[in-house]
Amino acid sequence: MAHDQTAARVDRPLLFRIVAGTLFVLLVSLPVLGGPLSGSSAGVSPYVANIIGQIATFALLALALDLIWGFGGILSLGHGLFFAMGGYLIAMHMLKSGYVYGGVTPDIMTFMGWSELPSYWALFESFPYVMLLILVVPGILAFVYGYVSFRSRVSGVYFAIITQALTYVAMLLMFRNDTGFGGNNGMTGFTTLVGIDIGAPSMVVGLATTSVLVLLVAFLACGALMRSPFGRLLIAIRDDEARLRFLGYDTLWPKLAVWCLSGVLAAIAGALYVPQVGIINPRLLSPEVSIEIAVWVALGGRGALSGAVIGAAIISALKFWLTGFVPELWPFILAGVILLVVTLLPNGLLDLKLTFLRRASTRKASARPAE
Amino acid sequence: MTTMAARQKPAPGAHAIQIDSLRVAFGDFVAIPHLTFIARYGEVHGVIGPNGAGKTTMLDVITGKTKPKKGTVRLDGTIDLLGLDEPTIALAGVGRKFQKPSVFEALSVRENLETALRLKPRSILAELRNWGDPRRVARVGEVLNEIGLNDQADLSAGSLAHGQKQWLEIGMLLMQKPKLLMLDEPVAGMTEEETRHTADLVQRLRSPERAVLVIEHDMGFVEEIADRVTVLHEGNPIFEGQMEDARQDAQVRAVYLGR
Repeated sequence: MAHDQTAARVDRPLLFRIVAGTLFVLLVSLPVLGGPLSGSSAGVSPYVANIIGQIATFALLALALDLIWGFGGILSLGHGLFFAMGGYLIAMHMLKSGYVYGGVTPDIMTFMGWSELPSYWALFESFPYVMLLILVVPGILAFVYGYVSFRSRVSGVYFAIITQALTYVAMLLMFRNDTGFGGNNGMTGFTTLVGIDIGAPSMVVGLATTSVLVLLVAFLACGALMRSPFGRLLIAIRDDEARLRFLGYDTLWPKLAVWCLSGVLAAIAGALYVPQVGIINPRLLSPEVSIEIAVWVALGGRGALSGAVIGAAIISALKFWLTGFVPELWPFILAGVILLVVTLLPNGLLDLKLTFLRRASTRKASARPAE
Repeated sequence: MTTMAARQKPAPGAHAIQIDSLRVAFGDFVAIPHLTFIARYGEVHGVIGPNGAGKTTMLDVITGKTKPKKGTVRLDGTIDLLGLDEPTIALAGVGRKFQKPSVFEALSVRENLETALRLKPRSILAELRNWGDPRRVARVGEVLNEIGLNDQADLSAGSLAHGQKQWLEIGMLLMQKPKLLMLDEPVAGMTEEETRHTADLVQRLRSPERAVLVIEHDMGFVEEIADRVTVLHEGNPIFEGQMEDARQDAQVRAVYLGR
């Protein structure tokens, strides 16, 4: 059995501290190594800083999924939807502010044949307004979708399939030019964000640092939340939702709360990701992307927040490295990881550590009588 | 809704649950054609019957899981349970132990019990804010003693033995001091030792403020614990009275004992 004797389950405290500590070190060193020291041998090039920043947004996305899957027991195979929403919103902001303040005509206006940006782009030049939208729009979508599903007791694999279907529908919708978000081409050609040139090394390092900061704050906050009575209630829902209902809890509300929180976190991750890659298009809504997010969490270890961060970091770092020279092998490697987790490590890498520790302790125990 | 609040003591023998003219059908299949049933305060009431007799269906109706075609189900003589949802019925004072041990495996025994107490039945948020309430701590201590899991309090529920899980689940129901406590086959799969321990526990659950309903296949166990038994057959009560009389009853022998 995978159960520990003592009930420590939110995370292994040591692992949690190691991850938080690593993020903190990254947070304070990145501006220095990527700034003044960038050219030196100890420094970090903007290219590397950019990759670190992207991985941080993936880790944030994995954290969001782990909240609902690892703790609430609700698997979403559509978290790419919320991620893309955050991405589209920030992209619209960058294009609109470039157009209004910088006089740069976005490509999207050219290929869509617009002489003016349509009405729903109104106010998008305002940074605070877009920040608000990034929290509110995915939050509302998550609420409506979650309310309908949880109210009619859709759960388990059915819920997962519907999340996937919804994301697929969104992808088909966004591929259409007439939908008005750039269709197949998406949005690109960003020039500035908060008034700074998007390609400037300081901006690259700044975005990466911000991503690490947001990840660290979210990691600590989610850790505190999952250790609170609310986290316990979520674990109870995951372990036996019927039991909890028959104890007098209407489980709809706690599920809805964590589902909305998860959606909003994923959208924030998307809003940090898109300025760092310089493009967004509907491919972010494809099933593969959403499934890959679940693989990160499954590999790292469901129900442990540090597992989600580590899993996302390992797989995406591997992907950056391998797709550099053998891109065609990536789907096979990802499939291999899935097989590994399903057959050998049901709790992801956390199992590995447990097995290792157990072996070490039995060795110690068997060694003792001989002494 | 009263959970832990002081409530009036029911008169001895007053009806904790009263089911009248209940009819339950799933499509064309009539699980319970016409059932009248009463469980009284202060008693342990056994319900026995062969598979498909409608025992579990009856529990499903009382707890709000299954909606009947017609009939009434009243708790405490006044509260109409039909039309209420499961959490509301639970808060009204109906506790149900499932057949399969149902505990929150990743939580500790203590946390399982803490979760089972609703001091603020109106709002989950208020409940969570009120988690450290001294009344909760005190009640957990009492129940740990009652179910005999003091030494296991900080172990995860998943690491408990089968019997211990069943006792923990009973303890979770006791947290709310239910008016009606229903146990669905509490000794299924238990060792003899565990069965004896469970019989002791159920005996101690008898209280003037509570009716205990035990659904069981094990007739020896029912005989040991029950003040009164009802034998169900195809959704109809064919006998009510003492277990020893049930064994002598011709109709019971015919349908239940297969003789």
